[in-house]
Parts: sequence; structure tokens; C-alpha cells
Amino acid sequence: MSRRTADLRVPAALLIPAALGVAILVLPMVGLIARAPWGDLPSILTSDEVLTALRLSLVTATVATGVALVCGVPIAWLLARTALPGRSVLRGLVTVPLVLPPVVGGVALLMVFGRRGLVGGWLYDTFGVSLPFTTEAVVLAQVFVAMPFLIVAVEGALRTADRRYEDVAATLGATSWTTFRRVTLPAVMPGVLAGAVLCWARALGEFGATVTFAGSFPGTTRTLPLEAYVAINAGDSDVAIVLSLLMIAVSVTILIGLRERWIGAA
Amino acid sequence: MSLDADLTLRRGDLELRAGFAVAPGEVVALLGPNGAGKSTALQLLAGILPLDAGRVELDGVTLDDPAAGVHVRPRDRRVGMVVQDYLLFPKMSVLENVAFGLRSRGLPRDRARAEARDWLVRMGLDGYERRRPGELSGGQAQRVALARALIVEPRLLLLDEPLAALDAGTRPAVRAELRRHLGGYDGCTLVVTHDPLEAMVLGDRVVVLERGRVVQHGEPAEVARRPRTDYVARLVGLNLLTGTASGRTAQLPSGAVVALAHDATGPVHIAFPPVAVTLSPRRPDGSARNAWPLVIADLEAHGDLVRVTADGAVPVLADVTPLAVADLGLEPGGQVWASVKASEISVYPA
Repeated sequence: MSRRTADLRVPAALLIPAALGVAILVLPMVGLIARAPWGDLPSILTSDEVLTALRLSLVTATVATGVALVCGVPIAWLLARTALPGRSVLRGLVTVPLVLPPVVGGVALLMVFGRRGLVGGWLYDTFGVSLPFTTEAVVLAQVFVAMPFLIVAVEGALRTADRRYEDVAATLGATSWTTFRRVTLPAVMPGVLAGAVLCWARALGEFGATVTFAGSFPGTTRTLPLEAYVAINAGDSDVAIVLSLLMIAVSVTILIGLRERWIGAA
Repeated sequence: MSLDADLTLRRGDLELRAGFAVAPGEVVALLGPNGAGKSTALQLLAGILPLDAGRVELDGVTLDDPAAGVHVRPRDRRVGMVVQDYLLFPKMSVLENVAFGLRSRGLPRDRARAEARDWLVRMGLDGYERRRPGELSGGQAQRVALARALIVEPRLLLLDEPLAALDAGTRPAVRAELRRHLGGYDGCTLVVTHDPLEAMVLGDRVVVLERGRVVQHGEPAEVARRPRTDYVARLVGLNLLTGTASGRTAQLPSGAVVALAHDATGPVHIAFPPVAVTLSPRRPDGSARNAWPLVIADLEAHGDLVRVTADGAVPVLADVTPLAVADLGLEPGGQVWASVKASEISVYPA
């Protein structure tokens, strides 16, 4: 096998664009590392603004992942296990945010949950609650963009799980809820975990929908990506670089973790 | 108080139309080649698949009657299922697996576990409570699967190729054990298998399914002695011919005539074992009135003997000694005379 690969002559028409592509992907990260203010790193990382944004990001991404788990796993189950009419339409609808520009999601959320929006107007009139520009809005925006990742991962796991276990559980007298809880869910747990990690990472990096729907208020809605954006706009590239490195570290850690999970499962 | 099934289902290439009954305490073996519809029949009985038409009745309760819109859900059927790969829940301990059915029926955890422990002791699995299914041998996994199914007292127990996942060395012991456990069960049992030995040993009765139809049923000895299809004849190792009898002879569709030991009339099956066939280079002169010139198609080792497949007006299988093969110079394409004494032939109505 390895010899065959070594003997293969790579045509220049493939090699050159491939090298260019790698450069586009890798150079920005190399640049970040090269320009990183390593000496100021500890002081920037422990500055109030950064710590506040970091805490907000971790909390909102984690809460958003929790919401996505509670709602997304049932959606994946419906898609994988039932013969609902319009199931493919449902699948299309819930996965649209995967390809939608996040800003569009933010605008849409504002139209629905804004103080004069479809649901937001009612919420405000009835309970005096206004969602936009709150931490809850950050979570909602993150759920909107990140939950589809979880749904897709869990549905895939459900489709590959051996359904005969569920048949056996039924013959033993288990209700479909008991079967889901005690048989199906443990079987697809690796897929659920992988989906949750992807979802969390996506939520952590969320920018467009958040800034549109929740704004950028320090302490309540200014998450790490927003903090980085604010810093670079203010000409403080050192802070922006440090925040970027922080987010890269998180992403790489997650990628490595997932890979080992997948290899371990195989 | 029994199982009464009349199954009709069309699904892909399979057209299943099979009716059979199982008495309480009886073990019926559903025997058939791959693709005959055996496993589909089990899924229908378990309620996992809905019938197209027909009826399933268990202990006087109608479980399926599509014409009347009746379909009892799997979990309300009291039908237990043990399949080839056992499907023990991999993330649960052995004890939790066995207790699963009782827990699902709302029994408190302690009582369910106590009862599951009793079942494990009965199955000779004392001390295995905390093991994971992955740590069990095939025979142990089968006993756990059996205990898991029986603990909820099903009225019908379905076993799908229960011994197929075991290696040949452990199979006889597990088969004998399974036979013993089934002997202590008072409900109806249906064992699906493609292995004739399994069917004969486990089954009080055998139902043979081919291409979705029941082609033969009866006690194992009866099926083994009087096969009614080529498939069954091959399984039990007999030559089977079909012809029309008149007095002491029967004519085959090919025109060949077979001499019989007793009078018979009408369509008949003619069966004889391969060891009853004598091969000789020339037409034999002796008492054998059945002698046919044939062409050898194949030679194959068969235990201590050599199984000779010979084609002609009366195709036969003959078992001869390796010495006879050498003496007669038998080889594929060679000509040979096959003879069978009429007294070795069993004749029964087709």
C-alpha cells in the first residue's frame, strides 16, 4: 500500500492548487502564532475583559448545548425512528441553519423575539419580558446555529444502531419511552457525545447571529468572538490575537478529542 | 390453549403463506432453507411486522386479524424471543438484562433483581450477575437470553437459529441443555432453524417451510423417514423419487420403472438410502429388479464412504466404499449400473 502511494506521480495541475489551499488554511494560524505577544499573554488572559468574556462564553455555550441536547435528541429520534408524514421536510427545516449565514439567523430571531416580533411582542405584553440584547438571547442564537450539528450527529447514530435491540425490548414489555431510555440512548451515547461536543464548539464560536440578535454588551452578551472583534476594531490587536489563540486551542483540543473517540470506537 | 397461526405476507421476493399450530408445552421446529421466510414468520408472530392477511391466535386471544383491524403490540403479546446473536443489551449487566422485562412491567427494582437472580441460578449462571454480556461465552449468553425471555412468563417462546452462533465444538452440549430448559417450559415454543439435526433434536414436531409455504410437517422420525420434497430428502440423506404406482411397479416422469416390494396405487414418493444402492460395471444378474444405467456426475468424500452422484433416467445418490471406487474405476463421466432391492425402498402416497 505505502509503496503504491510513494510511486504515484502527483500531477502539477493537482499539486499546485492543493499547496495553495493548504497555505490558505494554515498561513493565518501561523501568522497568529508568529505575531502573538507571548510576553503579555498571562496579563492579557487574566485581564477583566477577557475573563468576563471567557466566563460568558463558557456559560452560554454550555447552556446552549444543554438546550440542544434536550430538544435535539428527540428531534433526531423522530427523524430516524418514526414514519411521520413530512419527515423529510422537517429534516430540511431543522438543518437549514447549517447553511444559513448566521447574520440571517440573527435577523430572523430579532423578527420573532424582538419586542414587536411574533412571539416577542406577546412575551413583552404578557410577562414584560424582552429577550433581545440579553444573555438569554446569546443562548438562543447559539442554539439556533449549533443544534443542527447535534441533530445530524445523533440521527446518524440512531440510523446505524441495531434496531433489533428495540424489538427485543418491546417483546419484553417495555414501552417505547423505556426502550428509548434504557436501550436506544445508551447504544447511541457515543454519537450523542460527539454531537454535543460539535454543538458546543459551534456555540462557542458563534458570532453573526449573536451580534445581530443580542448585541455586544460587556458582561451580558459580549462573548469571546465578539470581544476579539471589538478589540481588533479598537486597534488592540494583541488582545484580538490572544483571544484568537485561545479559541484555536479550544477547537484543536476538541478535534483531537473527537478523533480519539472515533478511533477508540472503531 | 395454544398457538394457531395463519400467516400471509408479501415482502420483496418473499411470498409467505403458512399455517401451523403449536400445542402448550410443545416444541415445534420450523425448518427451511435460507430465504424460506422462517425469520419473517417469527417477526410476524412477535408483532414486529404486521400481517397482510391471516390470523394469529394465542391461548384463545386474537393477536392479529388484519381483516378485523386487530394487531396487538409486541409488548402486550406475551411472546418471548431469543435470536441467533442473543442481542443482550450490551451496556447492562447480566442481572439487569434478565430483570429488564420485570422492570419494564413496573416491578420495583429489588423484587425484579431478586427474581432475576433466581433465574440465573436456575440457568446455572450463579455468580455471573455483574458480568457484561461481552464477557460471556456463546452458551452462557444464550442462557441469559433465555432467562431474560422466560422471566416475564411468555405464552409463546420464539427461538431464531438459537445455536447458529456457537462453534461446532460447544453446539451439542448447548443443544442438550436448551432441550432440557425447553422441556421445563409449559408454553408454546417455536424454533426456527436451517439445521435438520437441530430440528430433529429440539422439535417434538417439525414444520418444513420452503419458499414461504409449509411443504411438510410431522414428527421428526416421520419427516426423516418419509421426506416429501427434494430439500427435505437432501437434509435427511435419502434418495427421493416421485412417480405413479400401479401394483408392484411405479413409473417415473422420465419413463423409468421402479419395482416395489408392496402394492401401491396413484401418485407416490419413493425413498431409499444411498447405502442401499449397489454400483456395478455391468447389468447385475441377481435378485435386484431395479437396475438402471447411469452416468457418474460427481464423487465426494462422505464420512468413511464416497458419495456418488449419478444421473440418468433415475438420478441417484449412492454411498460406496473407497475400495469399491477403486475396483470399479469410478470417475465423473463414467458409465455405471445402479441397483436397489425393492425391499430397501419405502413407498408412500405423494
